[in-house]
Amino acid sequence: METSEQIIQDITTQEYEFGFSTDIEMDMAPIGLDEETVRYISEKKNEPEWMLNWRLKGYEAFLKTPMPKWQNFEMPPMDFQGISYYAVPANKKKLNSLDEVDPELLATFEKLGIPVNEQKALAGVAVDYVFDSISVATTYKEKLKELGIIFCSFGEAVQEHPELVKKYVGSVVPHSDNIFASLNTAVFSDGSFVYIPKGVRCPMELSTYFRINAENTGQFERTLIIADEGSYVSYLEGCTAPKRDENQLHAAVVELIALEGAEIKYSTVQNWYPGDKDGRGGIYNFVTKRGACRGANSKISWTQVETGSAVTWKYPAVILQGDNSIGEFYSIAVTKNRQVADTGTKMYHIGSNTKSRIISKGISAGYSNNSYRGLVQVGAKAENARNFTQCDSLLLGSTCSANTFPYIETKNSTATVEHEATTSKIGEDQIFYLNQRGIDTEKAVALIVNGYVKEVLNQLPMEFAVEAQKLLSITLEGSVG
Amino acid sequence: MTGTMLTIKNLNAGVENKKILKGINLTVNAGEVHAIMGPNGSGKSSLASVLSGRENYEVTEGEVDFDGKDLLEMSPEDRAREGLFLAFQYPIEIPGVSNINFLKTALNEIRSYKKLPALDARQFLQMSKERQKLVEFDAKLVNRSLNEGFSGGEKKRNEIFQLAMLEPKLSILDETDSGLDIDALRIVSNGVNKLRSNDNAFILITHYQRLLEYIVPDFVHVLYNGRIVKSGTKELALELEEKGYDWLKETLQEEIV
Repeated sequence: METSEQIIQDITTQEYEFGFSTDIEMDMAPIGLDEETVRYISEKKNEPEWMLNWRLKGYEAFLKTPMPKWQNFEMPPMDFQGISYYAVPANKKKLNSLDEVDPELLATFEKLGIPVNEQKALAGVAVDYVFDSISVATTYKEKLKELGIIFCSFGEAVQEHPELVKKYVGSVVPHSDNIFASLNTAVFSDGSFVYIPKGVRCPMELSTYFRINAENTGQFERTLIIADEGSYVSYLEGCTAPKRDENQLHAAVVELIALEGAEIKYSTVQNWYPGDKDGRGGIYNFVTKRGACRGANSKISWTQVETGSAVTWKYPAVILQGDNSIGEFYSIAVTKNRQVADTGTKMYHIGSNTKSRIISKGISAGYSNNSYRGLVQVGAKAENARNFTQCDSLLLGSTCSANTFPYIETKNSTATVEHEATTSKIGEDQIFYLNQRGIDTEKAVALIVNGYVKEVLNQLPMEFAVEAQKLLSITLEGSVG
Repeated sequence: MTGTMLTIKNLNAGVENKKILKGINLTVNAGEVHAIMGPNGSGKSSLASVLSGRENYEVTEGEVDFDGKDLLEMSPEDRAREGLFLAFQYPIEIPGVSNINFLKTALNEIRSYKKLPALDARQFLQMSKERQKLVEFDAKLVNRSLNEGFSGGEKKRNEIFQLAMLEPKLSILDETDSGLDIDALRIVSNGVNKLRSNDNAFILITHYQRLLEYIVPDFVHVLYNGRIVKSGTKELALELEEKGYDWLKETLQEEIV
C-alpha cells in the first residue's frame, strides 16, 4: 500500500512521459492504400497465398463498409490515403538472439521502462516488443517452448505454425466485422501469437508492448491467443507513442479462443499519446477485441485501464458459446482535457448457464467526454444465463460529461440480468473529511479515486496494478482545482 | 503541560451573508473538558465547522489562537496537523478506501508535518491494535472501507478510534452522542475518558445532559443565537436539562428587556 501511495506522490508533477521519439532508419511502404499496398505487405512478409487472399477479402470489405455512426461523438476525419501502412526499422538480417537487436531499439524500450533483456525485465513476464509495424524481440521464448507454449510474433506464427493460424484467425472477428477490422485484415503488419497446449498453465505473464514511433503511419496489429482444453494464460498489453501534432490511427484486432475448461485473462494498460490540452494530436484508437468461450466451462476475462488516446472506440466482447462459460469485463476509462472515450463491452450468451460480469468505472475531467456502451444479449437457448453489470461514472469538475448506454436483449425468460449505474462527483464533504485528518486535497483526491477504481485494479497482475495506479495519478494531475 | 490551548475572541462568522456566530469568546486550557450546549440552530455545529476550517463559512470578525498560532490563517489540513481534531456529527463514507490505509496515510501526514519519521507497517499495526483495544473498536471494521455500510453507532465509534490514533491536542466532538444507544454511549465515553490527559483538551458539543454523566466536563457553556450566553460548571447542564431551553430563552428575554 505504501509503495503505491508513494508513487502517486512522486509522479504527480509529470506530464505524458513517453512522448519522445526514436531516430532510426525505417523501411516504409509508399504512402496510400490500394490493392497493391496489400500485396506489398504480404510480399514483404513472405506470406503464403491463403493469407494474401484473406487480406484481399478484408480490403474488399473495407471498401464497401461505411464508417460507424452510432458512437457518442463526431467521427474525426480520417485520411486513409495519407499514411504509410508499413513501417519497419531497416534491418534485413534475421535475428537469432536478443543480442542482435538494434541498440537504438533496445535503448527505446529501456527508456520506456521495459528493457529487452531477460535479466533486467520484470521477473516472470515474457514480452513481445512491437515497434511500429513489426515485432522486434520476444523474451523467454525458449523457456516457454519447453512447455509447448508458443509465444511469438504473428509474422513468425504464419511461417512456423500456419495450421494454427489458418484454423483460428478471423474465426472470432471476421474480415467484414466493421470497417476498422476490415482495414486491419487488409494491412495488419504484425502482432503477437499465443498458443497454450492442453492442460498447461502458463507459468509467467505474457505481454506485448506496442510502440508507435514513425510519423505518417499508423499501427495495425493483430493478436491471436488460443487456450487449448484445460489451459490457463494471463496476457497483458501496454502501449505508448511519441507526442506529435497530427493524429495517428491505431486499429488493432484481438481474437481470443478458449476451448473446454480453458481460461484467458487479458489485461490492457492503454497509454497512447492523448493529445495536448487543446486536443491537438493524439492517437485515434479504434480497436476490435473479441473472445470466444468455445468450450464448456471456459472463461475469458478482459481488464482494461484506458488513460490515453485522443479518441478511444473499443468494446471487448465475449461470445459465451460453451455451457457454463464465464465472461468478465473490468474497465477503468479516464478522460481529461479534450479526450473522448466511447467504450464498454458486449456479452453474447449462447450456451446454457453462462455467466457474465461487467464492472465499468469511468472518470472524466476537463472538457472530456466519457461514454460507457454495453450490450448484454441472451439467446433463445441460453437457459439460466446470468449477467451483472455495474457501471459507475465519476466526474471531476463541471465541464466534462459522462454517459451510459446499456443495451439488453433477452430471448430467454430464464435469464437474470442486473444493471446498476451511478454517477457521482467527488464530494466536497469527502475531501473536507480527509483534510480534517491531515491529508491535503491532492492526496485526498488520489485516495478517493484509487478507492473508486480498486475493484478493477485488483484484477490486474500486481506489477501492472502499481503501473496503472501510477498512470491514473499522472493522468489526473491538475484535474482538480 | 498546562497553559492556554485555544483562545477565541469575538468570533463572528456566517454562510452567504447569514450571520450565525455573533461574537463568541472562549478560552480552553490544556487538561480541560468544555461542554457546549444549546438548542437547535444556536450555532454549535457552525462553531465546530469554523474552527476546523470548512470552506463555506466566512469569518467576518474576531480571532482564534491555537497553541500560539493563528488558527484562522491555516488550511484545514494544517489545522489537523497542528493537533485539532473534529469528530464529525455525520462521518463521511469513502468507498474502496480501507479504514486502516486511510488512517496510516493520515497519521504519517501528521508525523511528516511534525518532522517525525513515518511509522513502518509493523509499528503502525502494533499501535492500531493497542488503540482498538483501548476504545473497544471492532477489529473487523478496521479493514473495511472507510465508514461504508457502517451503522450510525459504528461510525461514531470509528471517529473515537481515529481520535485515539491521531492523538490530537484539541478534540471537538460534534454531537457524538446523537443516535447512540446506551451501550455505545458508554463505550464512546469510556474511550474519551481514557484519552483525557493534562496535555489535551476536549470540546463536547451536545444537546443532552446524558453524555455529560459519562464524560464529566470542567465547564459548561450555553450557546444561544450565536453567542455564549451562560457559562458554569457541570451543574448548569443539570439545570438546563431540568428546566429546558425555554427557561433560558425566558431569562434571556428578561435580561434584554
